[in-house]
Amino acid sequence: MDLVISTVSQGLLWALLAIGVYLTFRVLDIADLTVEGSFPLGAATAATLLTAGYHPIAAILAACAAGMLGGVVTGFLCTKLKIPALLAGILTMIALYSVNLRIMGKANLPLLQQDTIFTIWQFTGLDKGMTTLVIGAIIVLIVAVLNYWFFGTEIGAAVRATGNNPHMIRANGINTDAMVVLGLLLSNGLVAMSGALVAQSNGFADVGMGVGTIVIGLASVIIGEVLFGTRSFKNCLISVILGSIVYRAVIAAVLQMGMPPNDLKLFTAILVAIALSLPLIQARFNALRKAVKK
Amino acid sequence: MLDIKHISKTFNPGTITEKLALHDVSLHLDAGDFVTVIGGNGAGKSTLMNSIAGTYPVDEGTIEIAGTDITKWPEHKRAKFIGRVFQDPMMGTAAGMMIEENLAIAARRGRRPTLRWSSSSKDREHFRELLAGLKLGLEDRLESKVGLLSGGQRQALTLLMATMAKPKLLLLDEHTAALDPKTAEKVLGLTESIVREQQLTTLMITHNMRDALRLGNRLIMMYNGHILFDVSGEEKAHLTVKDLLAMFEKAAGSELTSDSLLLS
Repeated sequence: MDLVISTVSQGLLWALLAIGVYLTFRVLDIADLTVEGSFPLGAATAATLLTAGYHPIAAILAACAAGMLGGVVTGFLCTKLKIPALLAGILTMIALYSVNLRIMGKANLPLLQQDTIFTIWQFTGLDKGMTTLVIGAIIVLIVAVLNYWFFGTEIGAAVRATGNNPHMIRANGINTDAMVVLGLLLSNGLVAMSGALVAQSNGFADVGMGVGTIVIGLASVIIGEVLFGTRSFKNCLISVILGSIVYRAVIAAVLQMGMPPNDLKLFTAILVAIALSLPLIQARFNALRKAVKK
Repeated sequence: MLDIKHISKTFNPGTITEKLALHDVSLHLDAGDFVTVIGGNGAGKSTLMNSIAGTYPVDEGTIEIAGTDITKWPEHKRAKFIGRVFQDPMMGTAAGMMIEENLAIAARRGRRPTLRWSSSSKDREHFRELLAGLKLGLEDRLESKVGLLSGGQRQALTLLMATMAKPKLLLLDEHTAALDPKTAEKVLGLTESIVREQQLTTLMITHNMRDALRLGNRLIMMYNGHILFDVSGEEKAHLTVKDLLAMFEKAAGSELTSDSLLLS
């Protein structure tokens, strides 16, 4: 039971990262590697502020703002300076590594003595596992509702159309550069928030904790889409959140079966590679089946 | 309504692929003019249209719409004045979004988007009426994704989108070229009725000489980056394809007789 609770709550905390990756990878149609830097950026910002005695909610909001700033930098590089989006993300990610070390002053910042968003509710009598689950669920719910609302507005529709068909949306009077920057801002804000929450749940922020986050995000997005559908934007949001939880469950399962934790990233990468090639495999398979029938 | 003065455009200047696409082109359209544009491949028709739309800046000259100099305006800002339908049916609509969402975006073309909800039930009613006018059965499919529509349906939808917030200038870039003849005929008929009803100032590129003669009150032929000739009113009304070919040969010389344009 404990394992189930911790798996679901981890899935929820990481779901913000998954939504962030969804916003760039699917909505904007950009593979944004900034997340590998903005995830630890969020963790570093939150951990540093918590250590300095700030309230956990203030620390999370500051982390979110820092992540947004990271997104804007990538947006500036790829729209104003015309650097390809993939490379722009890599540049910001690398730059953020140094920034994160500066923020924390060292490579690892423990949070064991500090009050975190998960420990300030002790008066309710819930244990730590349950608190994480509840807090995670509340935050994910708020973020999902806000996203659903925003992407239904005129500006949100313009962001979605920018990723869908930039020609069309420019012909309708929207500055696509501004929409790309806005999308990257929102995405990295969520990713940094995810980093802030994960750091508080794990009890430390580490400069290396961003490695592989883009792949984890992609895995969650793709698993969610395959299992839970993509009919509408609302459907996609829910799918991505559930995808993040399923991903955590898969990881927990393979660890239980005895896979060495060091192989996790290899496992995740292979999982994503297979998932991304599914449409092709499916097409080949269908063609083969037709051939056999004839 | 549209006033183009001495615009020129060279692609890839200073390289071996350098191409002078527009050379000192001037063109004036009065409000309500419906001008058809013909010319062979590489004549500069699309470059002219893209220069007006702001897809790329011109090297020289100025472009004014309704008295406003838009020469230096970026593409998205010009959309305030210009409605466009592209040759590629995929380009004018967002395939992954619903018909309703596409229409909502087009309905506020040129206005700054806000944080208001994208479309209300009143909007939907309005969209349904407009779609019913297309007679394609789309009025019951507001929530379908545009990607599910056929090329002809998408082009008709794009035409509706380009004109629902009345543009000062409508640009049609061979918008029926990618459709089968029957569908093309339907979309052209739709174009004619929308342009007439709203009395839109229109610039339409076509490869089809008969369409160029049949539609509009004015015809221009382009060749090698400039306007070869420009006929309007009575003179255009009495023009035949044969006359057009004769004029073309006379103006451009016999070197062109094999041009693909003449085969259509």
